[in-house]
Amino acid sequence: MITIENVSRRGFLGGMLWTGGFVLCARLLPQALWAEDSSEAPIAGTVLHPTIFVGINADGTVHVVAHRSDMGTGTRTSLPRVVADELDADWARVKVHQAVGDASYGDQDTDGSHSIRDFFDVMRQSGATARLMLVTAAAGQWKVPVSECSTDTVHTVAHPKTARTLGYGELALAASRLPVPKKEDLKFKPRSAWRYIGKPSAHYDVEDLCTGKPVFGMDVRREGMVYAAIAHPPVLGGKIKSFDDKAALQVRGVSQTVAIEPFKPPHQFQPLGGLAVIADNTWSAFKGRKQLQIEWDNGSNASFDSDSFRKEMRETSRKPGKVVRNIGDVDAEFGKGGKIFEADYYTPLLAHVSMEPPVAVAEYRAGKVVVWTCTQNPQAVQETVAKVVGIKKEDVTCHVTLLGGGFGRKSKPDYAAEAALLSQKLGKPVKVVWSREDDVKFDYFHTTAAMYLKAALDANGKPTAWLQRSVFPPIGSTFGVDVKLGDSGEMAMGWSNLPFDLPNHRAENGEASAHVRIGWMRSVANVYHAFAVQSFADELAHAAGRDPLEYLLALIGPGRIMKEDPDPSQDDPSAVNYPFDTARLRQVTELAAEKAGWGKRKFAKGTAQGIAVHRSFLSYVATVVEVEVSDDGAVTIPRVDTVVDAGTIVNPDTVRAQFEGAAVFGTSIARSGEITASQGVIKQSNFHDYPVTRMNQAPYQVNVHIVDSEALPAGVGEPGVPPFAPALCNAIFAATGKRVRELPLSRNGFS
Amino acid sequence: MVRLNVNGVERSFDGDPEMPLLWYLRDILGMAGTKFGCGMALCGACTVLENGSAVRSCSTPMATLAGKNITTIEGIARPGLHPVQKAWVEANVPQCGYCQPGQIMQAVALINSKRKVTDQEIDEVMSGNICRCGTYQRIRAAIKAAAQETA
Repeated sequence: MITIENVSRRGFLGGMLWTGGFVLCARLLPQALWAEDSSEAPIAGTVLHPTIFVGINADGTVHVVAHRSDMGTGTRTSLPRVVADELDADWARVKVHQAVGDASYGDQDTDGSHSIRDFFDVMRQSGATARLMLVTAAAGQWKVPVSECSTDTVHTVAHPKTARTLGYGELALAASRLPVPKKEDLKFKPRSAWRYIGKPSAHYDVEDLCTGKPVFGMDVRREGMVYAAIAHPPVLGGKIKSFDDKAALQVRGVSQTVAIEPFKPPHQFQPLGGLAVIADNTWSAFKGRKQLQIEWDNGSNASFDSDSFRKEMRETSRKPGKVVRNIGDVDAEFGKGGKIFEADYYTPLLAHVSMEPPVAVAEYRAGKVVVWTCTQNPQAVQETVAKVVGIKKEDVTCHVTLLGGGFGRKSKPDYAAEAALLSQKLGKPVKVVWSREDDVKFDYFHTTAAMYLKAALDANGKPTAWLQRSVFPPIGSTFGVDVKLGDSGEMAMGWSNLPFDLPNHRAENGEASAHVRIGWMRSVANVYHAFAVQSFADELAHAAGRDPLEYLLALIGPGRIMKEDPDPSQDDPSAVNYPFDTARLRQVTELAAEKAGWGKRKFAKGTAQGIAVHRSFLSYVATVVEVEVSDDGAVTIPRVDTVVDAGTIVNPDTVRAQFEGAAVFGTSIARSGEITASQGVIKQSNFHDYPVTRMNQAPYQVNVHIVDSEALPAGVGEPGVPPFAPALCNAIFAATGKRVRELPLSRNGFS
Repeated sequence: MVRLNVNGVERSFDGDPEMPLLWYLRDILGMAGTKFGCGMALCGACTVLENGSAVRSCSTPMATLAGKNITTIEGIARPGLHPVQKAWVEANVPQCGYCQPGQIMQAVALINSKRKVTDQEIDEVMSGNICRCGTYQRIRAAIKAAAQETA
């Protein structure tokens, strides 16, 4: 019962739903909002449950289903609060239930920063439906017109004329006997009457999270469960030639080893293959795995080396590529002679390293599988497990736990498929635990990119032509063999939609092959594209001897609705309601400068500010980073001012938290993030050689300024990341005169 | 046989003496509040108190714990929330929350040893605990609030 609003020309790839967070090719909205809920739905037993998202019991408790995964972005709080608001429910009497994977709920793939955007109206409809039924029931009992009743009193229906009230619990049974109203008959509260939307709220789970109570994927236990650690092929596509597990089997607690077949290309979300060590606790499984002797056939990716690959990408970026946007004629302008400025930028592979490594428990019984896991995408768990185990996806139940971070990694359910496969082979529940080393070495990496930019400049230093070329192993390589070009989704992440007012502009994309698994990570292609574009803009400003803020605003030009080509709504139908408005881009830029005291504050030697602006996931974000660089290159970040225009905001406290966190995530990318490979093997393994930002390296003060807006809600979880690294590097240039064109900073003599 | 005390309860363990305390707590006792993050004492997610001092349970073998008192996130409520937990809730610190038991235990050890804390002391003590969501600003604020509360 799914409405596929629009299936893109890409549609299905390799028989599997293309679940890229950055490409929302098929927008799945629940058609069954007013139909029978599934037997797994926790509200099925409530007295009044007019939609699959809300139920009310006779004691007045309101039950709301959270169908999106919560990896820290607060969707378990914000979406239920939208229901509660429209229902005029008392938030203290709302219970939130996490949904299993079920296509009836619509899209559950929690990435691409679109939970609020896609489900704001759906949640309001649920709340309004229940409210109208309760009001109708009360009016019926009192024999008064519905129009004379109100729910302003919260959790009760009131008839002010006769000073009568009835609680929601008292009305639930009577309301449940009424027909469920049609969508056209619903009345929504005016914005001025919103009681929760736009008001800060703590997480629904905050007290539990501070007392160690909630169940993450890592915390699931089932009766009779065994634990598995898997020795994965060190090179992507590798196979076991031979192995000796005698020493492993000697380890106390280890019961057996089980081989897992290698995947058939393309790898998609299939298990990597390898040898699993089964034990009666996690530690023994890890210890036993260390004792395995395995000879691997590494296959063709064993030639992959990061340094030579980087050179290859740079060479490609200097040759013509596929044109993804063309305005005017850059070649003609370059041919005129005059001042030319060019620069190369580079960003490395990155790993997600959520604090909770991938982990899943699966129980295979009589042709059905039940999975408990930390997943961003329970429906992909169903599909992948079904395919790997050889059953129908309807026979896979996926319980979604809390996620100890996700950042895009946990949209890919290979680890859940491993658990299901092992449970099928062993006939008992299996918990597959990835160590941190597994997580770092066998990630779906954020891709590496080489970018070349070239501009012809007039007498004032303003570009008369602008060429940009981006080369990176694309995410499509995970879903199709030999895919070497980015798709329109990756290109629309700050490349084909450059928002500058230029008479001549060409954006291109060059080919690159993947030799590791490539996947989406928080902000995806925006990360490297914004780094190149916003660094280049700053370089041009300095070359022209102009203030970077003034120059950036001149580049953006006057406020206008920018024509995007290709039209992003081809991939993401709802984008049609979100035109790219450069006036909003200007506004956040000016506001960030104002809040940060741009041009107004005096700094000591070695201290300076940098600015960058970027629109992603339909939100406009500008960031000013203040940096202090010591004589020996030690970088500290005393202050960050970031301005976000994400349209209508549900929970301002969550928005603040996401942007505070994005500054730290951005710091990790800029300071130290770098995954490298030699002979196809990832060199890094844990936080000592893949460091992420710690408290003493993080920005000391992040000031988040939210633009007050009544525009449609846009993304929040990701858009804070892209402008951060360029703003930081622009500040470092202002402070030191040293330009960072390659990330991370540790490659440039900074620490 | 190792005898130890976990959150006030006497326990004995006769398994692999190399097993780290983390996995004893999680897999043997079923106390899952203490988290696995790195297995190498690099991230602090597994932090517990050993005789009142913060230790990384992922790198503390059971063989070293005879006669020791272990306190975990499940054992600091007194009853009601510990002042550090209260401060965490008030600042709405957690995002995903996975690292927070370790952060809280590290902060409890800090608050227990000092009544007034400077930014520098907080940095020194807390920089062994990674939060990938980036809640450091709120952690710092919560520690200051908790320090005032207990002063």
